[in-house]
Amino acid sequence: MPNESAGTLTYQQKTSSRIPAGTLYRGHSGMWSWVLHRITGVAIFFFLLVHVLDTSLVRLSPEAYNDVIGTYQTPIMGLGEVALVGAIVFHAFNGIRIILMDFWNANYSKLMFWIVVALWVITMLGFAPRHLMNVFSH
Amino acid sequence: MSTTIEAPRSPYSRPPRTRGGVSWEKWGWIYMRASGVVLIVLIFGHLFVNLMIGDGVDALDFAFVGGKLSNPFWQVWDVLMLWLALIHGGNGMRTIVNDYTTRPMTARILKAAILAAVVVLIVLGTLVVFTFDPCPAGSPADLLPSFCPAS
Ligand code: HEM
Ligand code: HEM
Repeated sequence: MPNESAGTLTYQQKTSSRIPAGTLYRGHSGMWSWVLHRITGVAIFFFLLVHVLDTSLVRLSPEAYNDVIGTYQTPIMGLGEVALVGAIVFHAFNGIRIILMDFWNANYSKLMFWIVVALWVITMLGFAPRHLMNVFSH
Repeated sequence: MSTTIEAPRSPYSRPPRTRGGVSWEKWGWIYMRASGVVLIVLIFGHLFVNLMIGDGVDALDFAFVGGKLSNPFWQVWDVLMLWLALIHGGNGMRTIVNDYTTRPMTARILKAAILAAVVVLIVLGTLVVFTFDPCPAGSPADLLPSFCPAS
């Protein structure tokens, strides 16, 4: 039947939306892991730009460096650091998942996504309380 | 009349994209994965030493950095992390620019900006690590690492 090979087309005609529906990735864990990987990657990149600049203050004077690193130790920045570490940990674990999909087996991508989420929760449970105790216990 | 018509449904193929005989996109793809694996170790180690051990962020100051960066082990660690992360991040940003820009001029300006930022920061960061003086003369002794003659 010619209709069968044009399955996607007839599917599209049924919806009034201009956005193609029912693609492989849309709305599923595959899409969210990709969106999150992209957003976290950009966020880490911009952090790193600033971070190399703040570290370079050690070359200027001890006072200048201590002033700036002091701002890393305030409660607000402490919360920001939890977010930053959360972003890195997700990007790192999901990066491993991407690598395993490419070189090993893509059939487990969904299962591996939930393993990434679980490992993220465990890592953050180990990190966040200790970090927040350091930050809020002046 | 010897026009050949390709068999229907024959797989679409095109020659591999190379510049100067090198498949840059392929090597970029491989680099993202290889650097990612190494970066996990470097960055998790960095975060563990700087945020988890002892008083975590509260312990960070000039003396702490002086102690770390006078050790060749941490010098190499930091410089590797600097190069790998900036090139990985810069190449990732390039992919994103390719995805979202519609005008070639916009793409070129953004990619030039990314390249400039990456090159400047790699040079700056490398110089900082290797020209760093943990005991600058004339600084208050209580801000310096304990091994400095002044403190
Ligand atoms: C809140 C989290 C972070 C804190 C408190 C922090 C702190 C520091 C400190 C104190 C230094 C000085 C040298 C040393 O300790 O080795 C440093 C250097 C460095 N950090 Fe971080 N860091 C953080 C996150 C990150 C992340 C996520 C990355 C990678 C994406 C990173 C990459 C670097 C690099 C490349 C250097 C060397 C800079 C240079 O060559 O001048 N850091 N960081
Ligand atoms: C912690 C270890 C890391 C691992 C395992 C990792 C892994 C990966 C992988 C596998 C990709 C996909 C590449 C592709 O699709 O061809 C990727 C993309 C990317 N990474 Fe990382 N990465 C890490 C750290 C970083 C850091 C430190 C930065 C920022 C400086 C960064 C920024 C990016 C960006 C911007 C992308 C592009 C995202 C996209 O195209 O959607 N990553 N990473």
